[in-house]
Amino acid sequence: MKKVIVIGNGMVGYKFCEKLRAKADASQISLIVYGEEPLPAYDRVHLSEYFTNQSEEDLYMAPRSWYDEHQVTLKTSQLVTTINRDQKTIQTHTGDTESYDYLILATGSRPMVPPIQGVDKKGVFVYRTIEDLEQIIAYAKTVKRGAVLGGGLLGLEAAKALMDLSLDTQVIEFAPRLMPRQLDQAGSDMLKSKIESLGIQILLNKNTSQIRGNGKLDGLDFADGTTLETDMLVISCGIISRDELAEKTGLETGKRGGFKVNEQLQTNDPNIFAIGEAASYNDMVYGLVAPGYDMADTVVEQLIGTGNKTFTGADMSTKLKLIGVDVASFGDALGDTPGSTPIAFEDKNTGTYKRINLSSDRKKLLGGILVGDSEAYGMLLQITQNGMALPPNPEDLILGARGGDSGTEMQLPDTAQICSCENVTKGDIVCAIKDKELTDLNEVRSCTKAGTGCGACSPMVADIFTDTLKAMGQTVRKTICAHFDYTRQELYSLIKVKNIKSYAELLSAYGSGDGCETCKPAVASLLASIWNEPILKQDTIQDTNDRFLANIQKGGSYSVVPRVPGGEITPDKLIAIGAVAKKYDLYTKITGGQRIDLFGARLNDLPKIWRELIDAGFESGHAYGKALRTVKSCVGSTWCRYGLHDSVGFAIEIENRYKGIRSPHKLKGGVSGCRRECAEAQGKDFGLIATEVGYNLYVCGNGGANPQHAQLLAGDIDEKTAIKYLDRFLMFYIRTAEPLNRTSVWLNKLEGGIDYLRDVVVNDSLGLGEELEKDMQALIAAYHCEWKEAISNPTMQAKFKHFANTDDHDPTQHFVPMREMKKPAEWGLVANETK
Amino acid sequence: MTSELLNYKTVSPDEVTTWHEACKVTDFPQDGGLCISYQGLQIAVFNFSQRKEWYATQNLCPHKHQMILSRGMVGSEGEEPKVACPFHKKTFSLKSGENLNGNECKLATYPVKVENETVYVGFA
Repeated sequence: MKKVIVIGNGMVGYKFCEKLRAKADASQISLIVYGEEPLPAYDRVHLSEYFTNQSEEDLYMAPRSWYDEHQVTLKTSQLVTTINRDQKTIQTHTGDTESYDYLILATGSRPMVPPIQGVDKKGVFVYRTIEDLEQIIAYAKTVKRGAVLGGGLLGLEAAKALMDLSLDTQVIEFAPRLMPRQLDQAGSDMLKSKIESLGIQILLNKNTSQIRGNGKLDGLDFADGTTLETDMLVISCGIISRDELAEKTGLETGKRGGFKVNEQLQTNDPNIFAIGEAASYNDMVYGLVAPGYDMADTVVEQLIGTGNKTFTGADMSTKLKLIGVDVASFGDALGDTPGSTPIAFEDKNTGTYKRINLSSDRKKLLGGILVGDSEAYGMLLQITQNGMALPPNPEDLILGARGGDSGTEMQLPDTAQICSCENVTKGDIVCAIKDKELTDLNEVRSCTKAGTGCGACSPMVADIFTDTLKAMGQTVRKTICAHFDYTRQELYSLIKVKNIKSYAELLSAYGSGDGCETCKPAVASLLASIWNEPILKQDTIQDTNDRFLANIQKGGSYSVVPRVPGGEITPDKLIAIGAVAKKYDLYTKITGGQRIDLFGARLNDLPKIWRELIDAGFESGHAYGKALRTVKSCVGSTWCRYGLHDSVGFAIEIENRYKGIRSPHKLKGGVSGCRRECAEAQGKDFGLIATEVGYNLYVCGNGGANPQHAQLLAGDIDEKTAIKYLDRFLMFYIRTAEPLNRTSVWLNKLEGGIDYLRDVVVNDSLGLGEELEKDMQALIAAYHCEWKEAISNPTMQAKFKHFANTDDHDPTQHFVPMREMKKPAEWGLVANETK
Repeated sequence: MTSELLNYKTVSPDEVTTWHEACKVTDFPQDGGLCISYQGLQIAVFNFSQRKEWYATQNLCPHKHQMILSRGMVGSEGEEPKVACPFHKKTFSLKSGENLNGNECKLATYPVKVENETVYVGFA
């Protein structure tokens, strides 16, 4: 049995363990890992997510239990200080000694801190570990302004983080452009203007000469005589390999630091390997995760496999989203190859810059840059790496084919590497789908690991998945259930075009069997969304809540929610609600949607309760339906000293406009009177936030189990335009979503995402705008209060009875006292006294 | 509460000693049920009009012991007629009473007959 020690538990160190354990168990190789940090390996690539989640676990490469399960001994908070090569042992700072057969150095790197005067002042930070982030978050709470030194990838990430911490943010870069290693001047200019439009100021050509301040920093001096006032500084000027162990151990280092390694990743001691940012191959240190993983793979092959795999350098191509801007750079991005000629395209309206570099014979693609739109990255990278033939007009690669046949679709070879993090080829993915009969994209990901690293290749993996299924003659179609071989969207069209008004009609024309609890409510919702007729005409296809126009609760009682548009309610109405609650002994609670829920109503009492509520001027609140619930509002400009517009008034208008409209799932809205956002509009299916000149319209947010921020659909629009876009947006959702998909889920599945949605709603790219508005208008015109109908129709009223043959309440229904009100007896405690 | 469940025992057609007059056919919704009270028992009676069939079961859902099944939605799984409990969508065969999507106790079932537009449930 061989004994392997890994020094360093970062991303690459962890990946080495994972890859080794996939090939050898503990009976073949024993594995001990030393980590200097107290936490197990976490995902540094997505470190900035810590600012929003503040969850270490979410970032872990694997939980601690993984190490136990795979018999990997993990020792955290242990710094290895000595290597004794003669005895093949290591020693930690606490004095622990351990012997090894092979030693893997995965010590990573530390941030480079330039020797600027004052760099040791309070308020100066680096950006590498979770601990660094915690310190930044804590300090940011005490200050207003923050600057980042370094305009590279990580520096811009750090700037985004400072902006999210509500700091007035600047980025300082020594070079004349941002991301100098990846972008040319034009690309940098485009990125700069996009980032500046978000409120981050960029200072280029700035050589910082001094960090000022008495104890803690209060500003920076630059060599050109200018200055910057700021309260904190995050340094992100690149990395330095952690090769401290080299000197006293007699291991060679590269010219720019790092343990010097050969193609097998061996140092000058054949039993000691180095991988990741700690390794220097050909005097080059690779600061990306993909080459690190490749190195880990190579060493595993040396230890357990054939030993044929070698590491001969890596591609530094990269694609990422920086502060919401797509940026990609691949191959020879800057066109340094002799004879290379660029083709560039720039559109300042959309903030797009694309450049490709062709070989001197114009037959090969050498590399390129994409800013603002990196959709073509995957394909361009493949063409570059595989030396594929170019289309007759190479500019089509960045402009798209114009006119004539658009048939320049590239068929990738099976050898094309799709996921560079996990080294998965197109062939691997296609084989997995075919051999293992995978039918779900998530299965493809977990089976092949493609797309599980940086995620940049996810769209390509999805395309390959769909194409492969298509080639196998399969289609991915989500039919409603066994009784209807149609998707919800297909049924929507059928019902509308064929003028179908009832479930029975639809079942006999397009379905089979007798229906079920899945298709009945789905069709009921469609019929309501299309015709908006009283739903109790077909009461037995409705879910219980819809069938009795109330929300069923434990014990079989119901809760009642009258509509309180925008949360505005008069004292008289409050008194009326109180009186009803008292009379029928109801438990009352304020809901999250700014209204009042009355619990514990007996089925037989519902019509009586509603008669009183309607007499007091209330309408149904549709809390029981997959329909518009509430439009939450803050108090707005009428009372609030910060308010810009009358958010309550607008919320009432919107709630009254869309009340009663049924949709694939429930809908919630919000209107905030200023950017303080007290109505939490960005957590709603649609939200409006007042600006100086109008409203910003956000859509597809969600609270609940999977919270998601709403995304900006249109900015600074007037109320009329907002309503026009809302009409279109809601109708488009109602038409196309799968059953029981909230808008957030729907948007996540929508090909093209928010940009596509904006095209449809704002730019009317499908030419559907008018039709959607018309459909919405018809629904609004058909509005009726369902409870008003119910209590004015004796046949409907008669349905609100527990027993058909007596007028008794359900005798098994029991309540117990709680905090001066009542609650239902616990589940299952149905009393037996009726016998 | 277990004893409540024990009050309901399947009655097969040949065991019927009493045909209890429950309701008029016109009282029933299409493809839906009603609850009737019979000597302290709550019985869910279903008019499965799509299949032109009638069924009766205990009204008590064995999952969370709720008197609710008469408000459930009827449907079919393959050829099997079923009812889905409104609380957690547990489905039960209307013929055998068996839980089709879990391991809940069987429902007690009762024979139903319709004569002169009147619906009768059989008890033993």
